[in-house]
Amino acid sequence: MSKTQFRFLTLAALFLLVASPFYLNAFSMTLLNYIGVYGLVALGLVLLTGIGGMMSFGQAAFVGIGAYAGAWASALQGYSPWVGLMLAIVLSCSVALVLGAITLRLGGHFLALSTVAWGLSIFFLFGNLDGLGNYNGIANVPPISLGPLKLVASWQMFYLIWAIVLLALLASRNLLDSRSGRAMRALRGGNLLVESLGINAFFTRLATFVIAALFAGLSGWLYAHLNRFVSPAPFEVHVGIDYLMMAMVGGATELIGAFIGSALVTLTKNSIQDYLPMIAKGASGQLEIVVFSIVFIVLLQRWRGGLISISSHLLPSPHHDIDRTVTPLSRRPLPQPGEVLLTADQVERRFGGLVAVDKVSFTLNAGEILGLIGPNGAGKSTMFNLLTGALRPNSGRVVFQGRDITHAPQREIAKAGIARTFQHVKIRPKMTLLDNVLLGTHPRTTSGFFSGALRLDRAEEAQARAEALRQLQRVGLGDKPFELAGNLPLGNQRVLEIARALAADPVLLVLDEPAAGLRRQEKQALAELLQSLRSENLSILLVEHDMEFVMGLVDRIVVMNFGCKICEGLPLEVRQDAQVQDAYLGGLV
Amino acid sequence: MSSDIAAILAIDGIASGAIYVLIAIGFVLIFAVTRVIFVPFGDISAFTALTLAALETQRLPGTMGLVAMLAAMATLMQLTADIRASDLKAIPSTLFFYLVVPLVPVALMWFAAGSVMSMPVRMGLSLLLVLPIAPLLDRIVFRPIADASVLLLLTVSMALHFALVGLGLMFFGPEGVRTQPLTDASWEIAGMQVSLQTFLIVGSAVVFSTLLYAFFELTLTGKALRATAVNRTGARLVGIRPAYTGTMAYVLASILAGISGILISPVTTIFYDSGFLFGLRAFVGAIIGAMVNYPVTALGALLVGVLESFASFWSSAFKEVIVFSLLLPVLLWRSLSVGEVEDEAEE
Repeated sequence: MSKTQFRFLTLAALFLLVASPFYLNAFSMTLLNYIGVYGLVALGLVLLTGIGGMMSFGQAAFVGIGAYAGAWASALQGYSPWVGLMLAIVLSCSVALVLGAITLRLGGHFLALSTVAWGLSIFFLFGNLDGLGNYNGIANVPPISLGPLKLVASWQMFYLIWAIVLLALLASRNLLDSRSGRAMRALRGGNLLVESLGINAFFTRLATFVIAALFAGLSGWLYAHLNRFVSPAPFEVHVGIDYLMMAMVGGATELIGAFIGSALVTLTKNSIQDYLPMIAKGASGQLEIVVFSIVFIVLLQRWRGGLISISSHLLPSPHHDIDRTVTPLSRRPLPQPGEVLLTADQVERRFGGLVAVDKVSFTLNAGEILGLIGPNGAGKSTMFNLLTGALRPNSGRVVFQGRDITHAPQREIAKAGIARTFQHVKIRPKMTLLDNVLLGTHPRTTSGFFSGALRLDRAEEAQARAEALRQLQRVGLGDKPFELAGNLPLGNQRVLEIARALAADPVLLVLDEPAAGLRRQEKQALAELLQSLRSENLSILLVEHDMEFVMGLVDRIVVMNFGCKICEGLPLEVRQDAQVQDAYLGGLV
Repeated sequence: MSSDIAAILAIDGIASGAIYVLIAIGFVLIFAVTRVIFVPFGDISAFTALTLAALETQRLPGTMGLVAMLAAMATLMQLTADIRASDLKAIPSTLFFYLVVPLVPVALMWFAAGSVMSMPVRMGLSLLLVLPIAPLLDRIVFRPIADASVLLLLTVSMALHFALVGLGLMFFGPEGVRTQPLTDASWEIAGMQVSLQTFLIVGSAVVFSTLLYAFFELTLTGKALRATAVNRTGARLVGIRPAYTGTMAYVLASILAGISGILISPVTTIFYDSGFLFGLRAFVGAIIGAMVNYPVTALGALLVGVLESFASFWSSAFKEVIVFSLLLPVLLWRSLSVGEVEDEAEE
């Protein structure tokens, strides 16, 4: 589908939605209202689960917090519902902040299970607090009023609900296409990748979690004034799982999947209630749940990506106009060639009894390519991880540009100007080449979640895009920036990683076995690229296995074997060294 | 609180904690081998209790219908798979393992249900009857998506739990049951009456955990299970079929769940939907053990039992809030002690 067709269809759908009170009856309007209210929660879950890779069974608790905040403020305290809205937002966000701070460092399924636990805790709290009417709940919640107008009829609520829903959808879409949104989309690539890009993974998770809770809280506030009665039952963990089902059945990787899922689940439940008694006479309410659960299981067995995955090829491919005339992002000054850039001093790392890196020292000077080589198991990769902060040394010091970075976290090292690539490429396959490289510009740009969602970041975004395209062209991938990165062959994926590293404007580029798995021509192209980068005064540390590739390219070599440095010098000297020959060819008896 | 009350609460807590230990170990076992967090595990425990109660009153337990239904579904699915793979030789063994084996306890029950049985026979039959449920559910629900992500499996597992609760109401009805006490005897220890039942409960938990340990350490099947838990691909390379070890894990875990159901049914009233909360409490224990460590899991489950017992003394209304909120400091401690967790990247 082309972009114009897509726009036309979106406009047509919007028109049908806005006009729906004129052709739908009151009951259908009510259903549509609930689809919107539930879809809002599912939208938060799409951001949290599909985009950010965190699963929550506890969203119903946040809906409950929003609903109880609204009902308590307006029905029990007599404030305006809009005061209730403020309270709902503040409460759901702050509870999410506390819960997130405690649980979000955990891995996938732990996090998911902890959400069941606090979901239950909050539910039981609603039922047992006297001030909230215990299990009887709060009745007579007043309608929302806009000036003199009270929103009582379902079509009146419809416009409020769907205005909020569309705003949330728009803000989410903007967010995902911004600096912070890209950080969110990178989360599923793992902490190692995210932190190496200078992104604070924990903060990004926390922000995503709070946004999801905010949407749930908003939905709860709407629910309280739509239903006009609040009790604990709709905020049970069971319902939280319903929300998750909506997101997963609709398709948790696309924002619109939330509303497809919400509509599907709401309408299915409704029709099961209508039709089940015809098939099975006297069927109890429990049979509905059985049928519903089975439908859900079968759907997930068939389409793991949700219903949207069947039609996602119909969505237009992402495309942006890139203005190359904008002022470029500012660059950091590069050190003078020959200056000492990086010093490893007596660095040691042990894993239990195994000494993987044993008191290794070397220096790297600005403007040179230094090769770190050694046979399998020599400790090269461990050394690499120590230099980039992925591991901490047990003793010794690492100094970069006069700054001690021995115990600095990975993202601080990235921000200081060391950009890395990975031995097993870590790109985001479902993001475009341009977006992948844009991830690299993260430490050089400043826009946050708010400016991303409200589109206040466009000037900086244009600069970043121009920069990303420039880096893509620099490495020779500039011809199709909107291709999905997963479609590239391995050789180009490695080059894409280098472009991403370059987009961070690094002082030092650290490459982990960049030639591994490449064909001969690809290796040659890579060597030429690295040489041209050196001629631009960039310093490069190359951890490599492939001797032929290293020998022709690097200025100096450090050789490691069994965790120790055995030799250091010019490629020719190293080649003559008896110890190195021993290590590579086996000793002559 | 006097020291007497504290002691009574502690003993109560240890008894219910011992029951959670069995369920928690089952959770860890299934998760380690199949990567499925088997949420309906608590339901299996509750279904055992309901079966036992039905046998006491000489009624046919609803479990029979449930097992027969699941066996029929699994057989149909496996037969379809056999025929699609044109593996016609597999059909007899399919019929045997998916239809005949699960239906044996059903048939036994059919003939025996009217008669009066002694307590050990009733327990044995109930246990036998619930054993096929989890492995059959594995075949029907999880095996088609065995390679999916942990989170997808977890979601499906949650949905399965709802389906089972609904089926539980259809097959067992809404009444709560409480079975006869295991024994009425009690011993006096340090001036306190402690019922023999408490000892039996704690004793069985210890015995069965030890048996499981011995099984893992001493038998080849146990070692195959451990190998699958450590590395599925590696296990497959040395000829261990993950589908087989998965079934074994479900059977073993079902024994634990069944025993916990038998032990808990004389202590509290059990309804068709009681399983979820047991499961969840056991779960807190399993999380304390990080879903991998059996001894820590057992300790964690005991801790949950004791805490629950004290919490219901302090404030019965907020009992659940207290127990489930316990998870938060535990998680905080785990996240601080583990440090940075490297998630495997998905997609």
